[in-house]
Amino acid sequence: MTLELFSQYLLAGVTYGIIYAIVGIGFNIIYNTTGIINFAQGEFVMLGGMTAISLTQWLPLPLAIGAAVVVVMLIGALVEILFIRWLDRPSVLRMIIITIGISILIREAALHIWGDGVRSLPYFAGNEITTIQVLGARVSPQVLWVIGVCAVMVLALSLFFKYTLQGKKMQACAANRMAATLCGISTKNMVTLSFMLSAGIGALAGCVMSPITYTQYDIGTGLAIKGFTVAILGGLGSSMAAVTAGLLLGLIEAFSVSVVPLAFQDAIAITLLLAILFFRPHGLFGSKDAAGLKEF
Amino acid sequence: MLLEVNNLNRRFGGLQAVSDVNFSVHPGMIKAVIGPNGAGKTTLFNLISGALPPSSGAIHFKGLPIHGLPPFRIAERGMARTYQNIKLCPGMTALENVMIGRHCRSRAGFISGMLNLPWTRREEIAIREKSLELLALLDIADLAEVEATSLAFGQQRAVEFARALAMEPELLLLDEPAAGLNIYETAEVARLISTINQRGITVLLVEHDMSLVMDISHEIVVLSFGQKIAEGTPAEIQHNSEVIKIYLGEDDA
Amino acid sequence: MKRHLPLALLVLTAIGVQQLTHATGTAFYLTPLTMAAYYSLVIVGLCLLMGYAGQISLGHAGFFAIGGYLSAMLTTRDLTPYQDNPVLVLLDKLGCTVTGQDMFGGAVLHVHPWAAFACAILITIAVAYGIGIPVLKLKGHYLAMATLGFGIIVYRLVLASPLFGEADGISEVPAFPLFPGLAVSGGFESRVSNYYLAWGMVACAMWLLANLIHSRVGRALRAIHGAEDATNAMGVNTARYKLNTFVISAVLAAVAGIFLTHYNGGIGPSEAGIMKSVRYVAIVAIGGMANLWGALVMGSLLNIMSLRGMFGSYDDAVFGLILIVIMLFAPRGLLGLSLPQGLKRLLKRGE
Repeated sequence: MTLELFSQYLLAGVTYGIIYAIVGIGFNIIYNTTGIINFAQGEFVMLGGMTAISLTQWLPLPLAIGAAVVVVMLIGALVEILFIRWLDRPSVLRMIIITIGISILIREAALHIWGDGVRSLPYFAGNEITTIQVLGARVSPQVLWVIGVCAVMVLALSLFFKYTLQGKKMQACAANRMAATLCGISTKNMVTLSFMLSAGIGALAGCVMSPITYTQYDIGTGLAIKGFTVAILGGLGSSMAAVTAGLLLGLIEAFSVSVVPLAFQDAIAITLLLAILFFRPHGLFGSKDAAGLKEF
Repeated sequence: MLLEVNNLNRRFGGLQAVSDVNFSVHPGMIKAVIGPNGAGKTTLFNLISGALPPSSGAIHFKGLPIHGLPPFRIAERGMARTYQNIKLCPGMTALENVMIGRHCRSRAGFISGMLNLPWTRREEIAIREKSLELLALLDIADLAEVEATSLAFGQQRAVEFARALAMEPELLLLDEPAAGLNIYETAEVARLISTINQRGITVLLVEHDMSLVMDISHEIVVLSFGQKIAEGTPAEIQHNSEVIKIYLGEDDA
Repeated sequence: MKRHLPLALLVLTAIGVQQLTHATGTAFYLTPLTMAAYYSLVIVGLCLLMGYAGQISLGHAGFFAIGGYLSAMLTTRDLTPYQDNPVLVLLDKLGCTVTGQDMFGGAVLHVHPWAAFACAILITIAVAYGIGIPVLKLKGHYLAMATLGFGIIVYRLVLASPLFGEADGISEVPAFPLFPGLAVSGGFESRVSNYYLAWGMVACAMWLLANLIHSRVGRALRAIHGAEDATNAMGVNTARYKLNTFVISAVLAAVAGIFLTHYNGGIGPSEAGIMKSVRYVAIVAIGGMANLWGALVMGSLLNIMSLRGMFGSYDDAVFGLILIVIMLFAPRGLLGLSLPQGLKRLLKRGE
């Protein structure tokens, strides 16, 4: 393998990997405050891209993206308020089925609004054929946008959880919901906030990736499976481990291109997911004892 | 010897819940395990019934090793248990709950169950009759068709008792059978345990209620912080200075 | 026997509907009715798994596809080039092959549908055990995701394999001669016999499953659903019971896949899709989870409506919406909610 090819694979792996990481973190944020796996997580990414694409008709690109993120955050809040908030201690099975239903509804709505065609946002800088030299490989500057924006998001999130009051409240809910309630934290509002936050980061990732990966109404399921793989790989609930896991999955996928036919690409992530679930359901980096407290 | 526990250990992370415990249960006796809260009594029961694997040590039942076996295998060999916080199956009637207990004493499988063969029908009728009999023994025959988890606490306890008896066990493990019961109900439970014992079922029980334990048991094991500190007849235990110390506190404390 | 009352009702309804279509000259309804019967097989199997054993599967379309695709592939592929292969010679000797003619009159060699059926079922059982042993150790979200992953892998495999016709699927699947005088095929003249065959199979499956849930095994399954630890301590091999139930429901799905493929004369990748799996789950939920007859009634109704194109392009959206509404407002299913008391009692007695 030449150095150039190696760099090419490396950058592709990091690009996809960091997107998977963002989806995985989205899973974790909601899981931490509610104990729910939100099967509609991938749909937020799709909605972000689609909404921004539509808004570019009227707004300049940065504004369109900003507005799309806000819109998707509101949708996230709406989903929580309409379908989750008022349920009294629902069973896991019920929540799985409800969030699957939500993902179908969002997907079908997208199909009827935007059709089944492939769409994309314009490149943030230059166009399809603009390339820059990175590590000896020629790549689109959009790759740097994706990596940069996602990295900033990860950093911002970790600061948010560490230093802001809201972030600490959410952490408290995750650690012990009952204790948080007794301390006067409105856990219900924290849950709404967690849906908005994970919808927002999903939407932003959906926007920056759109020019290179394109956006279609049904990309959500695939992203959700990969995001979930990443979340499990890192140990469910642990957001920073999801970043490492995301990059790992992205790199495995990118470097396997030379071995595995393209059509079977998705099977890699799923095989990895099944293997993890069978052998280490507490994750590669998670501790077994801590995982014993969660419900597998 | 019906049950033999040798050098049994169980750790949870840094906590030694059961530490080098040894004791044995003769067939036909009522043996009690007592100790303050957190002494490791329920953990000991979970180890014996197979719900938890021991960290080290051995458990022999009827002369054969059972440590490391899954609970259903141990149940098949003739050991039944009840739970401190009653575990009945929701959505099933009291009768159906007791009928579950007959599982290891019957044999209809997937195929014969689907085909509803004549012998499976006969077996099913026998299961039902035996279960009704046990409900009658516990004076709750009139509750047979009521959903089990909607019953009053004492009645649920009785259903769980009947379910364990339906297994026709040789050894019955009772985890705090009098917890949450008033003194009349407790006396009733004591009478019941003695009756069961007279029918030839060996009983090992964990209990907080000292009067119950002292009244009915033949032998007592005392645990404290996972260790066995005394073993003997009720009279011996009542006069054991170690035991008095852990229950009443040290003199100079 | 009380539990045979709904079965008798099912048989009478099936006959009544056929007579009605005959009398009103609307025999074209028999085709969606027959297809709905086969889908109902998948649904009642899944109902046993979800409602009674309490295990969700978001990959049942995968088993349907394994059955359908294997049977379609084996009965359409020309084996003439491998004629001297010892395995094929052996199959030939056992009478497991059929010779036919292609459209140019050349001789072609296929596997006999019965042999293909046996092969597909055996592979389904093997896959179900292979997947089930690790997967059923998981609970909740993990089980859902693992079965979803299995479903996606099957979908990707059929979509990417030339052997299975990629995006086009497999067409021109021959009729399945069950025994002289009755073949599974979508031909105009065999419409009535196929209708009765399909609903006869449903009645058979319902009889077997209704017996099962009222047996010692069914009781153990319901107990596992409610209190797994305690049930294990009562002497029930919970892992094996869950696994066997999983395999039974997988086999029912595969049988449905095989018969429907021969009935339709083909199968496409959408049959393996996630939406199909989700749809099966939705219907079981609407029927009330632990309610075989509810699942059957709701499954037949919704599938017939869907096959008749009543939901138009909102087909998937309708099922998504139903899923949410039922789970939000009536987690015990539609029948648990709105049926008049008398009818409800009747159904309950039939259980």
